Amino acid sequence: MTGPVASVPHRRPTLAVWKFASCDGCQLSLLDCEDELLELAGALDIAHFTEMSRASVDGPYDLSLVEGSITTPGDAERILAVRQASRRLVTIGACATAGGIQGLRDFAAAGQYVAAVYAHPEYISSLDTSTPIAAHVPVDYELHGCPIDRHQLLEVITAFLAGRRPVVPGHSVCQECKARGTVCLLVGRGIACLGPVTRAGCGALCPAVDRGCFGCFGPAETANTSSIAARLESLGVARVDVSRLFRTFNAGAPAFRRESLDHDAR
Amino acid sequence: MTHGRAETGRRVVAVEGLARVEGEGSLRVEVRDGTVADIALEIFEPPRFFEALLVGRRLDEAPDITARICGICPVAYQMSACAAMEQARGVIVDPGVRALRRLLYCGEWIQSHSLHVYLLHAPDFLGCDDALGLAEIDAGAVARGLRIKRTGNQLMATIGGRSVHPVNVRVGGFYRAPAVADVRALAEPLRRARDDALATVEWVAAFDFPDVEAEYRFVALHDPDGYAIESGVVTSSEGLRVDAAGFADIVVEEHTARSTALLARIDGRHSYLTGPLARYALNGAQLPDVARQAAAAAGLGPVCRNPFRSIVVRAVELVFACDEALRLVEAYDEPDPPAVAVAPGPGTGAGATEAPRGLLLHRYELDPDGAIASARIMAPTSQNHLVIEEDLRRVAQDGLALSDDELTRRCEQAVRNHDPCISCAAHFLDVDVVRR
Repeated sequence: MTGPVASVPHRRPTLAVWKFASCDGCQLSLLDCEDELLELAGALDIAHFTEMSRASVDGPYDLSLVEGSITTPGDAERILAVRQASRRLVTIGACATAGGIQGLRDFAAAGQYVAAVYAHPEYISSLDTSTPIAAHVPVDYELHGCPIDRHQLLEVITAFLAGRRPVVPGHSVCQECKARGTVCLLVGRGIACLGPVTRAGCGALCPAVDRGCFGCFGPAETANTSSIAARLESLGVARVDVSRLFRTFNAGAPAFRRESLDHDAR
Repeated sequence: MTHGRAETGRRVVAVEGLARVEGEGSLRVEVRDGTVADIALEIFEPPRFFEALLVGRRLDEAPDITARICGICPVAYQMSACAAMEQARGVIVDPGVRALRRLLYCGEWIQSHSLHVYLLHAPDFLGCDDALGLAEIDAGAVARGLRIKRTGNQLMATIGGRSVHPVNVRVGGFYRAPAVADVRALAEPLRRARDDALATVEWVAAFDFPDVEAEYRFVALHDPDGYAIESGVVTSSEGLRVDAAGFADIVVEEHTARSTALLARIDGRHSYLTGPLARYALNGAQLPDVARQAAAAAGLGPVCRNPFRSIVVRAVELVFACDEALRLVEAYDEPDPPAVAVAPGPGTGAGATEAPRGLLLHRYELDPDGAIASARIMAPTSQNHLVIEEDLRRVAQDGLALSDDELTRRCEQAVRNHDPCISCAAHFLDVDVVRR
């Protein structure tokens, strides 16, 4: 083993899991590793993971997994402390990497959401934005998906423990459809699909059930969103619906954000 | 992080960062002169404003968007959203679609209940901090729990595409019906899971339970066709019988000065409990023989009022969910078509289903082109919040002789009895992040 994690010999590396604004689904993916959970717990010390244990060990931690976005002044402070206590920090999921579905507030007028939902807005300590972790602190690696894929999560943890870069593809969902032999919905049947601009990793689940990809893994590394948007319009998708397609769980990812704004209802 | 502080006549037990629940919460118990003076289950999960962000979205987007409220029970959100939208548009789904929904929902019950029983709740009874500690003293039990959980996830993935935020659910039914062979292949693991669930009931029935009883007002769906999961009317132990829309009308949510939560009360007066204890009390007679016999052998009467024994009821529901899934798997035939068309348009609809931890109700108003004009979501944990605090008060009062550490553990356990999902509760009207 090489790299900073191995700098202290004969000590099991420590793992911490942190939650900000989110649904818990990405950290649940860790508990969903039914076949690997006990083995994982043998390979490292789970030092802080509130959903799993009431025991908590103070940092520093060798690896922190961070779920959720920053939506309150308090959380904007807390993430600084988490970063400081973590040798390596990996963000997991659409909330942590792109602001999540709660990032839709960024497209509304300031204060509008709080006023719409709460009787006493003055009690609410909430920001008008939902920002990814990388907007606040340096991040060592981002794992995408709403939710993340648990096999990719295991790869990321394994890679960081071994001091190497994770092997996670940055290409689009299209390649996964080809690999599993799914006939192209867009070309073959004219079904609106974001697969050509969406990051692989889910295994092309939606096209396999005759559903167009809705972009839950966020933009692929080289996503030509304006080209797919033009194609969708040529299929008869209204401009406002093109905007909606890009404005869901990864609405804050720059490529999707730009495209949804370009097609905003006017 | 726990603090106990003994002063003259005053004692505070506080847990900041409540563990082994879904989401972020804390609890605080204040004792003055030998009496529990103040109880607070606080929720500091940041609000995500779902009811606001749904406005303007199309009716067919509600299942996927609301699934993101909770990664532990996304199917519950999808099913309640579908039910509400179908009512709003006057659509009734085919029996084959309904059976497939029930099967998918069984997968979520199996996954969520096994998670709670083995990884979140059982460690309390055996004096462990977590399931890893539990594995050191009973590796076989943890392996059994993970086996059941894997089967639940496998069932969800087969029908829904994946277990967290399934992709195959749509308003009106499913995008594609899973192949008969793929569904039948679930029978073998489900038979194993049912055996494991029966062993679970025996295992948890032998735990030590604090001697606590409470007079709960139980609320659960009732469905004449079977133990209610994905449909039914709202019923209560006091004889209430009303549809989802009617229930939404009579529940009053009060914003208190402490304002960590709106407190749900029927008719503005009565706190109530939803979830396994309520379902078992109101619908237990509909459980299949295998589950009823397991319950009887575990010493459960027709009604269980000891919240600590909810783990036994949850285990009985695990037996039921495995057995019911097996029945549906064996009877499965691909619904054709897999969905009925739901045209966009105006309407108002409410839908209620039984999430693993309790009743989940959605209500929507749609504008003329089928976009959401308003949304109301009543999550199980917001509805149970008041009862959880009442339990805490009772448990703390009964446990005053315990040491601070023991009392803290006991209070944490009392919260976990109801499998609270704070991620769910915090996304709605009824939770404020308040700094005082």
